[in-house]
Amino acid sequence: MAFGPHLLLAALEGLVTSAVLALMALGLSLVFGVMRVVNVAHGEFFMLGAVLAWWIASLVTGHPAIGFLLALVISPLIVGAVALVAERLVLRRLNYNPEATIVATIGMLYIIQQLALTFYGPQARPVDAPFTYRILFPWFGYSGYKLSIIAASIVLLTATWFVLTRTKIGLVMRATQYDSETAQAFGIPVDRVYAGVFALGAMLAAIAAVLIVPITQAHYLMGMDPLLLSFIVVIIGGLGSLRGTVVAAVLIGLSDGIISAFFSPTLAKIIATLLVAMVLVFRPQGLFGTASR
Amino acid sequence: MSDALTISGLNCFYGEVQVLHGLSLTLKKGEVLCLLGRNGAGKTTTLKAIMGLVPARAGSIKLGERQLTTLAAHDVPKAGVAYVPQGRRLFAEMTVAENIEIGLMTRAKGKATRDAVLDLFPLLRDRLGQRSGTLSGGEQQMLAMARALCLEPEVLLLDEPTEGLMPSMIAKIRETVAKLRERGVSTILVEQRVDAVLSVADRVTFIENGRARETVSVEALRADPAFVQRYVGVG
Repeated sequence: MAFGPHLLLAALEGLVTSAVLALMALGLSLVFGVMRVVNVAHGEFFMLGAVLAWWIASLVTGHPAIGFLLALVISPLIVGAVALVAERLVLRRLNYNPEATIVATIGMLYIIQQLALTFYGPQARPVDAPFTYRILFPWFGYSGYKLSIIAASIVLLTATWFVLTRTKIGLVMRATQYDSETAQAFGIPVDRVYAGVFALGAMLAAIAAVLIVPITQAHYLMGMDPLLLSFIVVIIGGLGSLRGTVVAAVLIGLSDGIISAFFSPTLAKIIATLLVAMVLVFRPQGLFGTASR
Repeated sequence: MSDALTISGLNCFYGEVQVLHGLSLTLKKGEVLCLLGRNGAGKTTTLKAIMGLVPARAGSIKLGERQLTTLAAHDVPKAGVAYVPQGRRLFAEMTVAENIEIGLMTRAKGKATRDAVLDLFPLLRDRLGQRSGTLSGGEQQMLAMARALCLEPEVLLLDEPTEGLMPSMIAKIRETVAKLRERGVSTILVEQRVDAVLSVADRVTFIENGRARETVSVEALRADPAFVQRYVGVG
């Protein structure tokens, strides 16, 4: 394949990665931005979303789209409920202490992962894509489903941006993020906001997982790589910044896609990690983050 | 004059350190009560305890007949107590309009309240779209008061509202407090500037080591400056 079409193909693959990564990292970034909790178990909510998607899709007979659409709705709801329980039983009892919650979420990571291994097993299992339409470019054909992932991600990111900046719920979330004590002095139930944000973050990870699982398959260890990439994205973009998260996700996803295609996936990871190191040295608050309070 | 707020035997702690030791005081309806005392005496903690931001381990805080110590912190403002914290504590990344909206949402107030508050601080009308962190110190204080007044509170708590402001702004703040008193708002004012206290307060409670030592009228304070010397250490 000539260089131009090869580059286009690599860029499309990179954009699919970006789309999933942006959703996943946005959840991580929201949780840290509002709650100041570094959720190390975020990748396991992603994994749980994919495993539940397989389970739900396997229960439904008929056209694959029915099972997939049900999974797209039900799986994030279940994962959100799991996150609510975890928030209530663990994080709230630790009073959202930043250091203690890191250790606690590491514990949650292993609990969720081992439960998945016990009940789901070590196999990687596929979920059928809802449709298999291929878009024909002059040089190659490309999966219409993969392009629909990008479109779905854009819609969800726009919806999240709208909620955060144009609605009362968003105002309440931002007030809690900026100053939780003053927020309480203005009638904002901070505990409930924290619970909602933690569930929302987990649901975004689960949605990302359901979208990608027809391409990657569900596996109980699948949460680790997206977690690492999500941390890279939120550090580069700036913790708590939606714009930064999206820009960094596109940057990391595209570079991952293009460098993997032309060189090797390992080199792509090395460059992403170097980028994080440079950001931490020269702009610790990230590209779009504000200096710490 | 009946009581707007009554605090009895209040004990509060930061961790294991006791900060308020059986503090008691009364705020009458429509009056401005000033809390005076040295740094660390417990003035700000008293306001935070009223708001539920520092939990009371013993004692009671009543708004009229309603016990506030049993409410969650976020329900205290809904009961009708508004708080202007020391240092303003605006949501600096939000616009002026958004800060005001947060105040309005607290007790589900609408456009009429918003207009009335902006009439009190007309300068803010021209700054509604501006990020509040970029306002001058005086403007930020006005916004902090405006945000609190959006609750249409029965009781207003002001923690050092004139701190670091230029004289014209201090005059504006005093004028606003006086206007609010005319409207029947009961106010607790924590203030370091004795001249500011004398010009707006009705009574003064001296706080020392987490206890309310003495409450006197402003007239008595004017007649005997030794009070201030004794509890605040300045003439």
